[in-house]
Amino acid sequence: MSARRIFTRPARIAAVAPYLWMSLFFLVPFVFVLKISLSQTAIAQPPYLPVFDLASGWQALVAAFSALSFDNFRLLASDQLYIQSGLRSLTVAITATAMLLLIGYPIAYAMARLPRRWQPVAMMLVIVPFWTSFLIRVYAWINILQHDGLLNKILLALHIVSTPVVWLSTDTAMYLGLVYSYLPFMILPLYATLAKIDPALLEASADLGSSPLQSFWLITVPLSLPGVGAGVLLCFIPIVGEFVIPDLLAGSDALMIGQTLWLEFFTNRDWPVASATAVLLLVILLLPLLIYDRFQRRQMGRA
Amino acid sequence: MANAISSTITAETGAAGSPLLRIDAVTKKFGGFTAVDGLSLDIKAGEFFALLGPSGCGKTTLLRMLAGFETPDAGQILLNGSDIAPMLPHQRPVNMMFQNYALFPHLTVRDNIAFGLKRAGLPRKEIKARVAEMVALVRLEGLEKRRPDQLSGGQRQRVALARALARRPQLLLLDEPLGALDKKLRENTQRELLELQRRLGLTFVVVTHDQEEAMTMADRIGVMNAGKLEQVATPRHLYEEPVSRWVAEFVGDINILEGQISRRDAGRLMVSVPQAGIVAAVAPQGASDSGNACVAIRPEKIRLSRRAPVSDTADGHAINRLEGAVSDIGYLGGASIYTVRLDGGAMLRASLANTARLDVDAFGVGQRVVAWFAPDDCVVLGR
Repeated sequence: MSARRIFTRPARIAAVAPYLWMSLFFLVPFVFVLKISLSQTAIAQPPYLPVFDLASGWQALVAAFSALSFDNFRLLASDQLYIQSGLRSLTVAITATAMLLLIGYPIAYAMARLPRRWQPVAMMLVIVPFWTSFLIRVYAWINILQHDGLLNKILLALHIVSTPVVWLSTDTAMYLGLVYSYLPFMILPLYATLAKIDPALLEASADLGSSPLQSFWLITVPLSLPGVGAGVLLCFIPIVGEFVIPDLLAGSDALMIGQTLWLEFFTNRDWPVASATAVLLLVILLLPLLIYDRFQRRQMGRA
Repeated sequence: MANAISSTITAETGAAGSPLLRIDAVTKKFGGFTAVDGLSLDIKAGEFFALLGPSGCGKTTLLRMLAGFETPDAGQILLNGSDIAPMLPHQRPVNMMFQNYALFPHLTVRDNIAFGLKRAGLPRKEIKARVAEMVALVRLEGLEKRRPDQLSGGQRQRVALARALARRPQLLLLDEPLGALDKKLRENTQRELLELQRRLGLTFVVVTHDQEEAMTMADRIGVMNAGKLEQVATPRHLYEEPVSRWVAEFVGDINILEGQISRRDAGRLMVSVPQAGIVAAVAPQGASDSGNACVAIRPEKIRLSRRAPVSDTADGHAINRLEGAVSDIGYLGGASIYTVRLDGGAMLRASLANTARLDVDAFGVGQRVVAWFAPDDCVVLGR
């Protein structure tokens, strides 16, 4: 009995640890944000009302609670700015994720088919950019894309264009930055599932009359779907909330929801509306997560 | 594609006498390593052929060349007289049952079996009928909608077999077909596989490292070593008349006594074994009358007794009698292995059936015995 107790106690703690982590660093902050999103903006410190103050007694607490309202969410629903930035975020995220999948899949596929001893090298090459700060890499792109930047110089030197092309502050530059920055997050989960596929399955498929292309569609693609799901989620979710890349590379005529949030928070100093935007963003992102969870459960149920 | 499949049925009853499969001087190298070395072999239609050998002997490479996953560096592979060596796997009228089965994990049993039929472009109705036929053949009724990970090892093996048979291949290749099954299940499955092959009149080429499996199932066995066929023979021939010391030692258990041929005596070779004495053995065809040789004798062909048996012929050498003492006894249930240290120093293993449950007369360790065997029961091999 005593021996069993020794072994089960750390195991129980280990099981609790992730929940503890999640409550401490996600749930509690989220409750704060949710509360602020239901408050009203005010010129005060902190810049919203009401403020819960446990010291001022029960009555004041009840009054503070009754002062909470959904006004900010009504505003989000009625103001075109928020709806449009939300829609733009979704469009950009869907487009960029599709581009990432189209570019990442062939790369991951090629990596998985490399000779075993070359695979770690290829993996390193994918990861190496992470050794440089993300911000510096985006600034490097600004350097390359600007009016007298490297790209225009090359294009001019090769006589592909006669006058410098405007790259910066365009959606093209933004998509370039997004695809460049998120590619490893697409490649790595795809590579992990593709490398796990038993080569004997492809041989069996060929043996049963499939051409290499048929084997790819009938065996490789279905078996790599879990990796596709993971890669798509890993890219889609952060891109929806992306702030730095659209802010530095795209034009300012259309904002993504992350930029709107930043504006509300720092320029307007409207914490409640910013918080409401953050809550909305979370709700939007919950949807693909729930779909993925269902998909995973079905896979687990199979096993 | 559909034509290719239906034509295989008529092609199977091709010209009598000519082999279904002819492997002609096939060589395959991987870098500096020669996996298959100028190997030639004929396999007849309807034959159950086993390729037996230690790991790394090239048997799997040979099978993979038949399936099309490797191309020979030299030589020809003729199926019904036409060279299939340059054909890609999906173009060959040959199917393979893979080691560990390689079932498609995302497809149901039905879709696994139908996979090859769909690729052949058979009409939907015919696919359905053929799948039902295959499911019945391997007795998987009721499991059609399961996925491979919801099946037991034995069931998976049967799905793999059904999937490989569905296209009615002229030649079915099986790579360690029973290797993943436990012993009890393996014995049952051996019987089923054999019965299926006989009933459908199919040609099987099985790769195995399990001698017992090869012995019980195959019509002929090809023993491979270092990329070459050491011997191709029926199981009985292989066991009783091995052509080389290597084959004799690889197949089953055998005692090897090294010595020199001293003389030939009425169809018998007298071999002088320093550690045992003179041993008489039946002379192989074309054997020389002198030189180094070894006498090989299987443990179950040696008998032990406390006193030397009286020879029933005038010639004192008609039965080999070697004296020694029991040094070790290994009890295996149905039989016991007695290790006898001969007075000359050689160790001899004799396998005796345990015919009585309570054997008061059994030999103990240290017991003086005479090990005796007929010259016909041993073979002379080169050293």
